[in-house]
Order: sequence, then C-alpha cells, then structure tokens
Amino acid sequence: MNKQVVSIIQKDQLIRMMLNDERVDGRKPEEIRNISIETGVIDKAEGSARVEIGKTKIIAGVKIQPGTPFPDTPDVGVIITSLELIPLASPEFESGPPRENAIELARVTDRGVRESGAIDLKKLCITEGEKVWMVFIDIHVLDDGGNLMDAASLGAIAALLTAKIPGERYGIGEDMPLPMRDIPVSVTAVDIGGNIAFDPSMEEERVADCKLTVISNQEGAIAGMQKSGNGSLTVDQINHIVDVSCKKAQEIREKFLEI
Amino acid sequence: MSEKPEKFIDENGLRLDGRKPNQVRDIKIEVGVLERADGSCYLEFGKNKVMAAVYGPREVHPRHQQKSTRAIVRYKYNMAAFSVEDRKRPGPDRRSTEVSKVSREALEDQVFTEYFPKSAIDIFVEVLQADAGTRTAALNAASVALADAGIPMRGLVSACAFGKVDDTLVVDLSKDEDNYGQADVPIAMTQDGKITLLQMDGHLTPEELKAGLEMAQEGCRQVYEVQRQALMDHYAKMQGESTEEKDAETKAQSKEEVVAPEETEASDDVDTEAEDVEDKVAGESEDEEPELEDVEEEAEVEEENPAEDSEETADEMDEEPDTEEDELNE
Repeated sequence: MNKQVVSIIQKDQLIRMMLNDERVDGRKPEEIRNISIETGVIDKAEGSARVEIGKTKIIAGVKIQPGTPFPDTPDVGVIITSLELIPLASPEFESGPPRENAIELARVTDRGVRESGAIDLKKLCITEGEKVWMVFIDIHVLDDGGNLMDAASLGAIAALLTAKIPGERYGIGEDMPLPMRDIPVSVTAVDIGGNIAFDPSMEEERVADCKLTVISNQEGAIAGMQKSGNGSLTVDQINHIVDVSCKKAQEIREKFLEI
Repeated sequence: MSEKPEKFIDENGLRLDGRKPNQVRDIKIEVGVLERADGSCYLEFGKNKVMAAVYGPREVHPRHQQKSTRAIVRYKYNMAAFSVEDRKRPGPDRRSTEVSKVSREALEDQVFTEYFPKSAIDIFVEVLQADAGTRTAALNAASVALADAGIPMRGLVSACAFGKVDDTLVVDLSKDEDNYGQADVPIAMTQDGKITLLQMDGHLTPEELKAGLEMAQEGCRQVYEVQRQALMDHYAKMQGESTEEKDAETKAQSKEEVVAPEETEASDDVDTEAEDVEDKVAGESEDEEPELEDVEEEAEVEEENPAEDSEETADEMDEEPDTEEDELNE
C-alpha cells in the first residue's frame, strides 16, 4: 500500500523541468495524453467501455437490474459505483476489500455521474416504492499508468452512454437505452513544486504535492471536485485548474463521447 | 427528514435560520476536555456536536506502517449511531473512509512530522450529533486538539463549507440547505490562506466557485478566531492554576522551551506561550496576515529542529495507512 519510493534525483528533475514548463514525456503542462475509448467490449454487461489514457488502462462495466428503491427516495433509480484496485494492475496494489484510494476513486466517480444529473433517475422508476432499475457501475483498473481518476470517470460515462436497460429479460417492457441527460468529464491536475500539470503520469503523481480533480458538465459548469493528497493549493491555482479542466473536458467530450 | 423548503432566502435576504448569506453558525469550543487523551477538543458548530482526541506522538502499531524519517498521521472520523435521524449502522463505511482520508490530508502538512520519526500521531473524531457540515466541524475540532496535545504545527487548520441555494451563494450550509441545495463545497484553509481540503458536489459555474471560495475563506477566518480564542482561554486558565501552585520561577527559565505533552511541564511552558500570544494579538490587526505562526508555532522545538525545509520530508506522500475493514454500503 505504500507508494513506491521515488528517488530524490528523479523528483528534483521533475520539479526542475516543471519550472521551465517541461515534462518528462515531452508534454506541455496543460497537455493530456492520448485517449482511446472502445465501447461494447463486454457482451454480458448492459454497457461497457475500455479506456486508455497514455499507459493507464481500465475497463468499466454497467449492469442494470431491477431492485428495491431506498425508502427516502421511492421513485428514483439507484446508482452504485464500485472500483477495485486489483493486484493485476500494479505491484503496489494488494488484494482485499477496497481501501481508501479505491473508495475515494469510486466515490468521486459516483459523484460526477450523480451530481451532474447524467442519468435521469426518475425514468428508472418501475413501480414507486417497490421496484426501480438499479445501475451498477463497476470499474476494474487493469494497468496503473497514473491518473486513474480521469480514466475511471471516463470509463463510467462511456459505458453508461452505451448501456441498454434489459427490460425484456426481466419482463418489464422493452429494452431501451439508459436515459442520459448529461456527459460529465473529469480532468485532474497535480501541483508539482508549485507548478500545475494536467493529466499526471504515474511518476508525476508520485512526486506531486497534491491533486485536484474537476468534473464538469456539458454547459461548462462544475459538478464535482476533489482535492487529494497532503499538499495545499492557493485559490489562484484552484481557479486556474478549474478553467483549464472545463476546457479540456469539453475537448474530450466532443472528440470521444458525443455520438 | 423535513420537506424541501419553498424558499431558502427570504425577501430580506436572510436564510431559513435567520442567518445572512455570509454568516457562519455559532461555534463553541472547549479545549482539553478528556483526561486520557494527549489533546482533546469538544466543538459545537450549529447543531453539530463533535469530540476530537489526539494521541501521540506514540509508537506505531502495526509496526510496518512506521516511517523512519517522520511521524505518520492517522485520522479516524466516526459517526455515532445515534448522531443522525435514522440510526447509522456503526463502524466504518465508504463515506467515513473517504472523509477520514481527505481530512488527514488536510492536516498532515501542517504538522511537523519530521520531528517525530518512527512515531504515530493519531486523531480520532467522534460525531455525536450531525447537522450538516460534520467533516468541517470534525476538522476544526481535530486541529484544536492537535494544538492542545502540543504537537508542533505550522498553524491551525480551519474549515468551513459554502454552497448554493436559490442560486445564491451561502456559507456554512444548514441541514436543509445541504439536503436540497444546489451545491456543497467544504473547504479547509491554513492560516496563510492555502486550501488543504476541497471537495464539491452539485452545480456551480467557475465564476460562482471563485466567489464562493472567497466567502468560505472568510468563514474559515471566523472559525480560526474562535479556535485561537478557545486555545488562549484554555492556556490562560492553566496559567491561573499553575501560579496558584507558585512555580513562578520556572516560567522565566522556560521561555523558549518545547511544549511537551506531559502535563506538568506543559502547563508551565504554556504560560509563557499564552503571554506571547497575547502580545502578538495586541500588536496584530484583526486580519491575520500570511504569517505562518500561531499558538503552537511558538512552541518551537529547540535547535535540533531539522530546518524548516519541509520539502524533502513532507511530500513523499504515501497514502492510506489504515482502514482494513470496509463495506460497500453507501
């Protein structure tokens, strides 16, 4: 569970390069890595997506089943997001129940989907108080190359956009696409020695003082944020990250998610 | 749960509980309320009631979590089963795990962990009554408890949320505003205005975020004043007690001393500190400027202090020292 040791030399180098707006992999501070999204990779799932950001690979699957609603919200569907950091993906991951990092990733992914109103949950009600559609989003990290947050979030939304409600299988009406209203996209930045870099690689994440994830929706408003890591950010840094993140999110949305 | 109110802001611009948009709820802080803990704090933030205790620096258990160059900081946020309307199932869940993680990260950099290699500083916060904003209340209490434990820190951390109701930005959300509002953004801030905790859910434009952050920072400053006052009152009280024990001479000699967690010495050192602080307060204008000092910053560790580099040691952030047990219930 410990992060792998980073040599001081490597750390110094990353910090020094950032001072000149340079990064180890040749990117500019605001440049994100190549993204590839493939949907419908799992036939058994109601929706699925395999996402790669640079060397990071994740697979997200959506299962949709009828279930009982929560008593305080009897007429809306349910979203449940889980994420596992399985040992297959990194020498640093251990098996066992999800720990802090996995829980945080899952909860922030969930927050993005939920708070942006991406799914019209009212339309998932079958019989009020008794039966609603439950949407399970499960994310498996396959290869940790840094910035799992954005990959997880992107996987979740890509899988949801292609998901079908399996009405026929359960004898509840026709199959129909999941009622989607918005496309939240998460963009994360790190603070490395006072300089901000977007879409951090694994090395950059390791030396970073802290991280800020901004999830924005189609209209360019913010739906969720999470600061992670020990360091602190100034208000100017936060505003800068928010501005760039919203812009980048729009680019990602146009390029990969709007069909 | 109560129904969604029709309006959150009345025609006079006041909120449901009569507060102005930029007004935080009443805060009450008591320092040093627990006997066994090295530092403790009871805090009420509106109707929130939280109790924080700090143990340490102490031996790390389990041993493998030990760091050879610095202390580890552990933070456990826990909600009592009776703290909410519908009984909460006791024990850690995903929410409390996440809250613990971000809260620890909000505090850790303020602690001089490099002074205590191979040890642990444990912070436990128990939410006794929850009424929106428990993570900020918990963090405020934890920060004061750390100071009470005599842990050397760069400064206090103060936390306060802002949010949006009826398209109006408001600071320190109440229960209804939290449940039915449009956004909730808890933040924590150091004394020099840096943000160490930032979460957000809901809907905000970047412009609203900008304005809201400023409001919340102002809220944090108000919280900070109460925290500082509570610590000063506590020290003043201890000073009163110790002078009765007529050990006035130790006072002069221990001007630059460390605040040791031990009871007897602590009260002495603290005396001189309380004075220092009072001097400073007199000299300082109301707005505390980006100076990295405060009550326990005075409590400088003597010469062996490995320079304020902070760079080297503080940022090999290694995540997640704890939380074995977890369930998936939201």
